[in-house]
Amino acid sequence: MSTHLPVLQVVVPLLAAPVCALIRNARAAAVIAVLASWATLAIALSLLGDVMSAGVISYAIGDWVPPIGIEYRVDIVNAWVLVIVSTIASVVAPYMITSVADEVARGRIPLFYAAYLLCLCGLLGITITGDVFNVFVFLEISSLSAYALIAMGTRRRALTAAFRYLIMGSVGATFIVIGIGLLYVMTGSLNMADLAVLLPEVWDSRTVKVAYGFLGVGFCLKLALFPLHLWLPNAYAFAPSAVTAFMASTATKVAVYMLLRFFLTIFGAPFSFGVMALDRVLLPLALVAIVSMSLVAIFQVDVKRLLAYSSVAQIGYMVLGLSFASVTGLTATLLHLFNHALMKGALFMAMGCVVYRIGSVHIDAMAGLGKRMPWTMAAFVLGGLSLVGVPLTVGFVSKWFLILGALERGWWPVAVIVLLASVLALVYVWRVVEAAYFRPYGGDEGGPREAPWRLLVPTWALVGANLYFGISAVRTAQVAERAAEVLMTGVGP
Amino acid sequence: MRLDLFVSHYNYWVVIFLMMVGFYILISRGNLIKKIVGLNVFQTAVFMLYISMGKITGGTPPILVNPKGAGEGHNGAEAGPNGAEAGLGGTEALQEPAAEVVYSNPLPHVLILTAIVVGIATTSLGLALAVRIKEAYGTMEEDEINRIEAETEAAE
Repeated sequence: MSTHLPVLQVVVPLLAAPVCALIRNARAAAVIAVLASWATLAIALSLLGDVMSAGVISYAIGDWVPPIGIEYRVDIVNAWVLVIVSTIASVVAPYMITSVADEVARGRIPLFYAAYLLCLCGLLGITITGDVFNVFVFLEISSLSAYALIAMGTRRRALTAAFRYLIMGSVGATFIVIGIGLLYVMTGSLNMADLAVLLPEVWDSRTVKVAYGFLGVGFCLKLALFPLHLWLPNAYAFAPSAVTAFMASTATKVAVYMLLRFFLTIFGAPFSFGVMALDRVLLPLALVAIVSMSLVAIFQVDVKRLLAYSSVAQIGYMVLGLSFASVTGLTATLLHLFNHALMKGALFMAMGCVVYRIGSVHIDAMAGLGKRMPWTMAAFVLGGLSLVGVPLTVGFVSKWFLILGALERGWWPVAVIVLLASVLALVYVWRVVEAAYFRPYGGDEGGPREAPWRLLVPTWALVGANLYFGISAVRTAQVAERAAEVLMTGVGP
Repeated sequence: MRLDLFVSHYNYWVVIFLMMVGFYILISRGNLIKKIVGLNVFQTAVFMLYISMGKITGGTPPILVNPKGAGEGHNGAEAGPNGAEAGLGGTEALQEPAAEVVYSNPLPHVLILTAIVVGIATTSLGLALAVRIKEAYGTMEEDEINRIEAETEAAE
């Protein structure tokens, strides 16, 4: 049984999805979705434990020996990302039961869970596979189900947001296929470990460089790096709350993982930083993303869209860590994958609680909610502090490593920009806090009550994780650092 | 650029032309259906890129050729009637592969079958969304949708 864990990681949600679609019963579908999510977390944790103690796990699908057959290859990097994705899934899935029942038409709920499980399956598949074409297949599984999930939002703008995401996402995925095709032309292989061995011989060819360019643009579209982020704000703002919480904490993280895996493991750090000057391309984009998107977030009146712009800025931090081209910088990137998932998950789930009670996240509609919904707004405040990077929260840990990485390179202006952007984050978090705590409640006495415990418990689970991993960051930092070393040295033993 | 280089790589020029046509439609047209058409043309260009890369000059279709009749294998039409015979001699053929036969590479075709399926799924989902957008907004022109959205946002 345990030898088949790598494939079960993907097969469990993949099989659960059609079951959800076929039984047509909202409650049963929800239970299946929750159990499948928990199963993926158990598998991911067990895989991470195995990899930490015993090294890389290679699993040949259908016993076809790699590099001919498809290989699932788990090293510490993707074991880490698998844990991130499945953790968020297991916390958001129980939250969905109540939130989705409120926001999605009853007849569509089983289909909603089917789409959610397919999205989870796709994200886990991208992460675990060791075959580049398989990455594309899983990418499309996760993207197509994501478009459907976003379109289930209550307002009609969800439809246009989903359509725009579909167009841009498909272009991005097609760019990735072109890149993969060109790599195949040059090497005749699709296996990642095999490609890593074969590619250095053809580094000089223009085809490989063009492939690199296509892949780079495709990944940056998927991870919403400025200026390719245009699909993201509306998609996050108008999707059902639970979907936003899930996607914001997983989809872009997996896209960042793809970028790291292709550019550092397959092409190798010497090619990316030496030949292609990836660091010099990403550094200005990341800095512009951090500053400009934080500024745009300040002027938003829809809090979900405010947080979405903040997500684009936070993706800038992850890419910034990569652009340092050092182990410390990559440690910051990998830590921020996890930490940002925790904080944005908590924040979007708190907003889901607000939607559940008052049906809107307009900043004026939230006036006085601090007294009406104390637990929800307290969760928002703690998540917001983590976003700003206050000590004792996970946000501080990421920023610490990021500034360490900047100073290590002697780039102190970059460190200053990171600190200034934290002040901008404080401004947009404060706008919400100001509305909720310092403005009088405008409605009648029978107004909104505290959100039900079924929503608050998952939200506070993530808030608790924000504090726990902010205070005892040694364990997560160790894993991230080892993963960063594996990526930088390019050794996939 | 030398002319023979241009001609010998003509498949790439077809691919680039189609890709740019699709991309241009995708960007320049405001009608949602036309955007999906553009996306389709764009994706089809990539299918052609993959399919043409599997072709090897002088290669036969990748069906195992009977080693005794290696000469016949070069003609795709004659491979059909020999199907049963090839099946019987299959194990023999595996042990003793016909070295002189050049096969085209079937893998890109198989890959692109998957991508075609993905393309169909994307198109149908895109069309379904377009139908629902038409129901919700009463139009499929992007600039009108943007106008309606700006108005509702201002009203909120």
